[in-house]
Amino acid sequence: MLEMHGISKIYRTDLIETHALRDFSLNVGDGEFVAVTGPSGSGKTTFMNVAGLLETFDTGTYKLDGQDVSRLSDEARSKLRNEKIGFIFQSFNLIPDLDIFDNVDVPLRYRSLAKKDREQRIKSALDVVGLTSRMHHMPSQLSGGQQQRAAIARALAGDPRFLLADEPTGNVDSLMARQVMDLLEQINEMGTTIIMVTHDPELARRAHRNVHIVDGQISDLQPYETRDSAIMKPVTAATAMSPA
Amino acid sequence: MFGYYLELAFRNLKRNPGLTALMIGAIALGIAVCVMTLTMYRAMSGNPIWWKNDVLYAVTMDFWDPQEPYWDDYPDLPPEQLTYRDATAVYASAIPKRKVIMHKAVGIVSVDGQQAKPERTPTRVTTKDFFAMFDVPFQYGGTWTDAADSGPEPVIVLSRKLNEKLFGGANSVGRRIRWNDNEFRVIGVRDHWMPLPTFYDVNNGPLEDPEDAYIPFGWSVALELESAGNMNGWKPEDIKNYQQLLNSENTWIQMWVELPDEATRDRFQGFIDNYSQEQKQAGRYQRPLNNRLTRPDQWLEDNQVVGNDDRVLVGLAFAFLAVCLLNTVGLLLAKFLNHAPITGVRRALGASRKQIFLQHLVEVGVISSIGAMLGLALGGLLLLGIRALYTFDPTESAGTQAIAQVDVTSVITALALAFFATIAAGLYPAWRIGRIPPASYLKAQ
Repeated sequence: MLEMHGISKIYRTDLIETHALRDFSLNVGDGEFVAVTGPSGSGKTTFMNVAGLLETFDTGTYKLDGQDVSRLSDEARSKLRNEKIGFIFQSFNLIPDLDIFDNVDVPLRYRSLAKKDREQRIKSALDVVGLTSRMHHMPSQLSGGQQQRAAIARALAGDPRFLLADEPTGNVDSLMARQVMDLLEQINEMGTTIIMVTHDPELARRAHRNVHIVDGQISDLQPYETRDSAIMKPVTAATAMSPA
Repeated sequence: MFGYYLELAFRNLKRNPGLTALMIGAIALGIAVCVMTLTMYRAMSGNPIWWKNDVLYAVTMDFWDPQEPYWDDYPDLPPEQLTYRDATAVYASAIPKRKVIMHKAVGIVSVDGQQAKPERTPTRVTTKDFFAMFDVPFQYGGTWTDAADSGPEPVIVLSRKLNEKLFGGANSVGRRIRWNDNEFRVIGVRDHWMPLPTFYDVNNGPLEDPEDAYIPFGWSVALELESAGNMNGWKPEDIKNYQQLLNSENTWIQMWVELPDEATRDRFQGFIDNYSQEQKQAGRYQRPLNNRLTRPDQWLEDNQVVGNDDRVLVGLAFAFLAVCLLNTVGLLLAKFLNHAPITGVRRALGASRKQIFLQHLVEVGVISSIGAMLGLALGGLLLLGIRALYTFDPTESAGTQAIAQVDVTSVITALALAFFATIAAGLYPAWRIGRIPPASYLKAQ
């Protein structure tokens, strides 16, 4: 699903160069649920941005769903992003002056789908997250947990191949966090690949694999054989590049 | 997608009503000032008799002071009017197809037995060809004969407006009126006619209305009428009576001729040059030979009907529009950058740079359209204000009214101006917002 090899990303200013990712390699297989952890400034968000085609990289190769995305135009990258990737953000990033229905509609608009098809997808996505009754509420009228569920519905509406979730529970209370996590697991069980950045070891433990990033490099890959048992197994360099 | 962009544009406009009002206001103000100055410029710079531009000529002859020219700034140009004796002498030529000598006067018009107050009426004292030469339309009746010119016969042509005042708009041909206490018979009523500028007499302001009454030129002498316009002379003369005025070097008569082809024009040019030579021998016309036959478009140019001030004003109006648009660019940038986090979300959800650019360009288009409409309305109001400033009675001066009307060309010009100018102004902000890396705002939102 996602194959990164030797990726590096450097942010440059007049005075300083910051190596956000160094020789970063990772494979994520179809249907995997990968948790990405690491200290602040380690490169987690840069990895997510590169993986989500929101940023380009300096060296290395990146194949998404078998397609090399290294030299795609903005138009092609946007199309891929729209059709294959769903985003879930820590701060929800719902558009404040659109109601929930219209928020979920945003990615579908850029796909030029017929109105009827869009409506069907929106209602179906809102049904999955349990917000059908709130579809005409404004984001400000919803709790944090509800807003995150709305954001998940927006990510799901386009029927993406994989979801990128950046601290999806960072702005909700622990009860809501569990609900959001349950929802992500449910989505993953339906076949969607998920990569989730989190600081919460409890949530990380529920993923299939845990990728730990330090200083722009993967320092550790720890697959979980079962989520329930939460037994960690150290990995070798040979297994690091292949899905669990 | 256009419908979606339009929907987003209106939504975004409502999101910041203050900023939106500022932008629309800035565009509207710039457009309004441009519409106003352009309308005035167009009205004043147009050739109102363009279809006869190749056959009509103003006749001017340089008999002025041998020591200094008539125009300090344009020493090559002769005086714009003729003396009475030159005008009548040249008028005797049979070469022109049509010819007219004339001046403006003011008479008090009344109708016996009517309660209406006597009207102070601008009157053109003219030879009969005035109407045919300048294609003046008639509502009733027509003009007089050559005999009536020299007679002179007490006949008068009224304007439609004066006829409505005096006779309620009825066919008044044959009715009698009093003009400066002399009885005249109405032989014609001129229909709506509003050459703008009034090219045939630039003495009294190019925005003046055509006169409301017309009487044969012979009445000038018979009633010892003086010009109601400028009268200029170059040498000190002791003028004690009307006959001395007629023989003086004072200019106050306008002359136009209609010369159907170049050959006729050359013949007439020869005629007036010969006349000047004769006058030179008699001690007049001491300046180098400089008699001109000037076509209407050149005539308006020579007489600076559209002066440099007007051109500067148009330039200033466009500069003002540029300043307004520059402000709009700033406001648009501020507005768009303020929404950058939302744009970042849209980019993350699949919008390409091009789609973001187009979305914002549509928003600019909506702002510019509203600004243009408002500017047009505001421009109309400004022109109405000008009309109110320059006329005591808005119904009196049709010429100024014409200036105060936004014509179709101005509407199209304003809309095109607003559209292209604002789109141009919005290109940079729309492009800029499309170039913002989406990732930089996703965490920050």
